[in-house]
Amino acid sequence: MSPRRVVIRNQSAEANLFARRTFIAFSVVVLVLLVLFGNVFNLQVESFEKYQTRSNSNRIKLLPVAPNRGLIYDRNGVLLADNKPVYSLEVIAEDVDDIKASVEQVSLLLNISSERQAKFFKSMKSKRRFKPVELHSRLSDQQVALFSVNQHKFPGVFVNARLKRYYPFSDLTTHNLGYVARINRKDAKKLEQEGKSENYAATYGIGRLGIERYYEDMLHGTIGHQEVEINNQGRVIRTLNYTPPVPGKDLTLTLDIELQMIAKRALSGKRGAVVAMDPRTGGILAMYSNPSFDGNLFVHGISSKNYSKLLNSKDLPLINRSVQGYPPASTVKPFLALTGLEEKIITPDTQIHDPGWYQLEGLPNKYRDWKPWGHGMVNLTKAIEQSCNIYFYDLAFKLGITKISNMMEKFGFGDYTGIDIHEESKAIMPSVAWKRERYNKSWYTGETLSVGIGQSYWTVTPLQLTQALTTLVNHGERKVPHLLKANSELIIESSGNAYHQITPTIYEPRAPLKLKDDKNWNVVLEAMHSTVQKFGATAYKPFKGSTYDASGKTGSAQVARIKQDEKYDAKATSENQRDNAMFIAFAPFDKPEIVVAVAIENVAKGGGATNAAPVARQVMDQYFGDRVITSQTHKTKVNSATPTKHHEAD
Amino acid sequence: MRSSGQDQQKVHTLWQRLHIDIPLLLGLLTLLALGLFLVYSAGGQEVAVVYRKARSIGVALLGMFIVAQIPPLVYRKWAVPVFVLGLLMLVSVLLFGHVGKGAQRWLDLGFIKFQPSEIMKLIVPIMIAWFVSQDSLPVKISTVVQAFILVLLPTLLIAKQPDLGTSLLIASSGIFVIFLAGASWKLISACVGLASAFVPILWMFLMKPYQKQRVMTFLNPEQDPLGSGYHIIQSKIAIGSGGIEGKGWLQGTQSQLEFLPERHTDFIFSVFSEEFGLIGVAALLAVYLFVVMRGLWIAVNAQHAFTKLLAGSLTLTFFVYVFVNIGMVSGLLPVVGVPLPLVSYGGTSMVTLMLGFGILMAISTHRRFHV
Repeated sequence: MSPRRVVIRNQSAEANLFARRTFIAFSVVVLVLLVLFGNVFNLQVESFEKYQTRSNSNRIKLLPVAPNRGLIYDRNGVLLADNKPVYSLEVIAEDVDDIKASVEQVSLLLNISSERQAKFFKSMKSKRRFKPVELHSRLSDQQVALFSVNQHKFPGVFVNARLKRYYPFSDLTTHNLGYVARINRKDAKKLEQEGKSENYAATYGIGRLGIERYYEDMLHGTIGHQEVEINNQGRVIRTLNYTPPVPGKDLTLTLDIELQMIAKRALSGKRGAVVAMDPRTGGILAMYSNPSFDGNLFVHGISSKNYSKLLNSKDLPLINRSVQGYPPASTVKPFLALTGLEEKIITPDTQIHDPGWYQLEGLPNKYRDWKPWGHGMVNLTKAIEQSCNIYFYDLAFKLGITKISNMMEKFGFGDYTGIDIHEESKAIMPSVAWKRERYNKSWYTGETLSVGIGQSYWTVTPLQLTQALTTLVNHGERKVPHLLKANSELIIESSGNAYHQITPTIYEPRAPLKLKDDKNWNVVLEAMHSTVQKFGATAYKPFKGSTYDASGKTGSAQVARIKQDEKYDAKATSENQRDNAMFIAFAPFDKPEIVVAVAIENVAKGGGATNAAPVARQVMDQYFGDRVITSQTHKTKVNSATPTKHHEAD
Repeated sequence: MRSSGQDQQKVHTLWQRLHIDIPLLLGLLTLLALGLFLVYSAGGQEVAVVYRKARSIGVALLGMFIVAQIPPLVYRKWAVPVFVLGLLMLVSVLLFGHVGKGAQRWLDLGFIKFQPSEIMKLIVPIMIAWFVSQDSLPVKISTVVQAFILVLLPTLLIAKQPDLGTSLLIASSGIFVIFLAGASWKLISACVGLASAFVPILWMFLMKPYQKQRVMTFLNPEQDPLGSGYHIIQSKIAIGSGGIEGKGWLQGTQSQLEFLPERHTDFIFSVFSEEFGLIGVAALLAVYLFVVMRGLWIAVNAQHAFTKLLAGSLTLTFFVYVFVNIGMVSGLLPVVGVPLPLVSYGGTSMVTLMLGFGILMAISTHRRFHV
């Protein structure tokens, strides 16, 4: 206590001054507290909802859960597309003490390659320590078993199962079903445009080709969500809510897998396609294109080696020949004959003379029949039975291209059939306008003659042939060719009851094709009947002994142009220049249950009757089994027997 | 002096003899206990954190008790030498100090590491209170100017470390003494004007880039929500989402899921607001107001200018902690490192504060104190 000088203090004045100043300070303190409180009030009361939302969006995350893809069955309930678990080996880094040693040991145990290990360590660097990293994407059953026994030695290493598409019949169904493949950037962009991205957030694959692509929306189902709470690192703390995904709808197809197998066997070693359809409904019973490929290869991502093998194969296995255009050749003669009748160019009794060639007045070109010496006097029935070219050159010449193409378009040639796969080709129904547009050239009469025997620019798909034949056997009633018979949806009631609700697919009938004279249908159909049933007719031999009263029409298409006066010799022609064999058939005659179209490329010997018709025969034999069908309208040799196998209409 | 008969009687109560001011102690214990609960919630629900906090509280209470036994007379006697020693330590911190978190704050004496700036929080008000109380009040302008220089020396030395929070607290502790000593309003207005003029100089020459960044972030936190604005945005979300009733103790998602940074230290008020809501905030502010009221009551009832000024300054500085901390975590002030007094985890500042309250208790209980 050594003040610089002695001060005489007015104690009470000082106390008063101090008290005043303290009071002012205290007032400021209260004011400041009010400001602080007001600010907090503003945050917690006025802006509460805003901050509550932001707090929740901080901590709550929706984890998408992929729905199980709908399964695909054949018409008899045979599973064609399954979801099978695929096992992957995954590691969570933070749960492993010595990650390097652990990965090395487990790799030694399961024989995992050093490339996979290197890949693992690389991808581990970019992931958070609590997120699983894949060490092996597809463990074999043996590896899974081996790991399960030793799992206790590897904390933080575990097997994860995911469902992936599996096609038990592999290449037998690929062209119909298509396949599911990993969603690529293009798919993602498309999903984005269609506003479906959200629904696919957890989905691995998307339908490529065939049914898988066409019915993608039905098969996929609806995504589920797991609502989880996360911390600032993104680690899941707990699950708050779970909305299960809605699985995709199961599809039942019109296909009969047994018939499909027979079709494959009948085509083995050949390039070609078979389509079998139920004319009562338009349902496809079998549709097989040979060679095919295994869609399973694409599910896991095909190796570039395998892919280029498929892509560069001369046999073009990637192409679905059932829906690709072939020159129809003589298989379209029944339709042309019907056009002649409809346009009153011919009657059933009109006869022409066939010397073995046809020549237009004033032109040097000779159009040849397949029989060098000709068929002599020919009427409509004989012309179809014997597949007489001269008759149809003459008919086509008299009809002209416009009348032909108009009528053929009514049968669906040159246009999409509307089948429920996207790979379909329109093929070509030539016309004056088409040629003008395509080649900017006028139409030549000679081309009309070629059209008369199903050549020139004309191409049809085997599917179009079955569609046209269906219209023919139905006397103009048209059906939509289709593969989907019904879909089934799992319904879970609020009571917990679950059941499958089956919805048959309804195909709107198309406007029927009307003829001026309804009797003409039968004229042509009878001719097709005798083509198969009459001894000596073109398709008699291949169907000899069949018991289901089949009818049909053969065809052999030139692939290479034959020069004037030159004779075609298959042996002397290079393989890919040889003729194509075609055949169409239906049975039984009275109430047709099945129509079949066959196309076989570049046959070594013979034509439709020797190469394509036997394929149709095998398919039909399988379809009818032991059934014996007697025609009511024709006196056939066979009497009734008890049917053992029976196909119902769908 | 003014010790009348009724005061004499009070001296003889048990607590008076122990030099403990009961109302003040109750207020402080409430805050310290709340701190324990909050540190458990904010510190990842680890008992070890609570244990360390409890140990600091024990040390602080002991320190407070010891300081309360020292008659205020002693501080006045030692004011000058201690102040000079403090300044020397601050200089040596700048020269030889231990660098931590980008700032030189610690002095390593071999057997102990400590922050001289912390102890200056007590020395500066003692020094200034001694200085201005030599003359009769109100203070003269010449005294004010000299006092300002005395305040400015440690303030600048600490700001240089840099420790903006502490230098702010030290500056205010000195200024409070001058204000309470009755500096004329004209002078105060002039100083406010001068301070405003000083702001651009501060911005351009004295502030470090990270400090400028903090101010920029304060002005517009959403500009960089994942970078420099992250702290303040997450803090406001925590407070706002607490609503009126709060999410409940240990239920604050912002803090439990670690979205909130510095949860158990500077941002503990956000944890509190999130878990206890507006009702909790009102109660907490009421406790702080009570402590401040009691401190000012002690100041007003102190028997000499020196003790009045010292008690007033310590109390008001305590409130500056509250204001700056709550203001910064709720987005009213830029982020400066000031803890929520007695509640935040962190022993050093709590011990200093409790020593200050020890001085307050000494002032309120040592009544036989003459000039």
